[in-house]
Amino acid sequence: MIVADKKPIEEIIDMVKGYQKILIAGCNECVTVCEAGGKKEVGVLASALRMYFMNEGKKIEVDEITLERQCDHEYLEEMRNSIDQYDAVVSLACGVGVQFMAEKYFGTPVYPGVNTCFMGVTEERGVWSERCQGCGQCILGKTAGICPISRCAKRLLNGPCGGSTQGKCEISKDLDCAWQLIIDRLKELDRLDEYEEIAPIKDWSTERAGGPRRVVREDVRQ
Amino acid sequence: MRLRYPDTIRIIRVPCTGKVDLIHILRAFEKGADGVYVVGCMEGDCRFDNGNLRARKRVAQAQAILDKVGVGGERVKMFNLSSGEGPRFAEYAVEMTEKIEEMGPNPIKIAMQKAA
Repeated sequence: MIVADKKPIEEIIDMVKGYQKILIAGCNECVTVCEAGGKKEVGVLASALRMYFMNEGKKIEVDEITLERQCDHEYLEEMRNSIDQYDAVVSLACGVGVQFMAEKYFGTPVYPGVNTCFMGVTEERGVWSERCQGCGQCILGKTAGICPISRCAKRLLNGPCGGSTQGKCEISKDLDCAWQLIIDRLKELDRLDEYEEIAPIKDWSTERAGGPRRVVREDVRQ
Repeated sequence: MRLRYPDTIRIIRVPCTGKVDLIHILRAFEKGADGVYVVGCMEGDCRFDNGNLRARKRVAQAQAILDKVGVGGERVKMFNLSSGEGPRFAEYAVEMTEKIEEMGPNPIKIAMQKAA
């Protein structure tokens, strides 16, 4: 899932303080799972904003909505008939949702209510960590299902480097060395011979370095 | 036992304090409550394992938010006691009431009255 973290309330207050009627828009997908921008978080933020502005003596109306997804036309269209009554929207979706809403409702200011962090997993409740950087050329088949692009600080394709000590990365003692994990798992799978193969230079043009990316599939395109 | 405790308190019964969500606490303040306290079982004694520990976290979240919006995080507090501790329940009620009286009314309530 896409993992996001809540923005501080003060930052959101600062963004919307000049408006009279605000809509807080949540998303039922990834940000709900990582407890940053689902229906519950929408309710909490809206309540906090209402209290803050009431306390400041400002008459600001704060409404709430949570869409199934903010990254698809069909769900964003649900707001078509009501969007004009709002001076601004705070979207608690990931950066994708915020942008898609801004594209669709061109005349309405849309503000981000979360900081979008990475694509990752829930290690335990309250702890999320990165697993994929969407490099566009997946090599997990060769690395025992452990991604050196997202989990190695240097994104090494032939690791580990000299900074790997007792299974930990030199940048943090809390961070596992991805290449140690790869070697351990290859050993477990009795595929350690694959470790001997030198990985060729990766084509980074499919990664973010190649500019904004698109996937066009004519087989499903309408 | 016929214990007395302040009659300003409205008790909302929940099956477990784990049922108390952050939004429930915030809505109480939005509607004008001067204070909210959550009374759960002793930590480690939750019938549902960790309901009271979840409540504790939510109370802490509410405190942080109330501080930021100018209501005051001290208006919300978590207490733990066992079901056999009636006198302590009354003590906590007095303690919380005194605390809230010292802090004065919820500023949201005052702002709402002004706006009306």
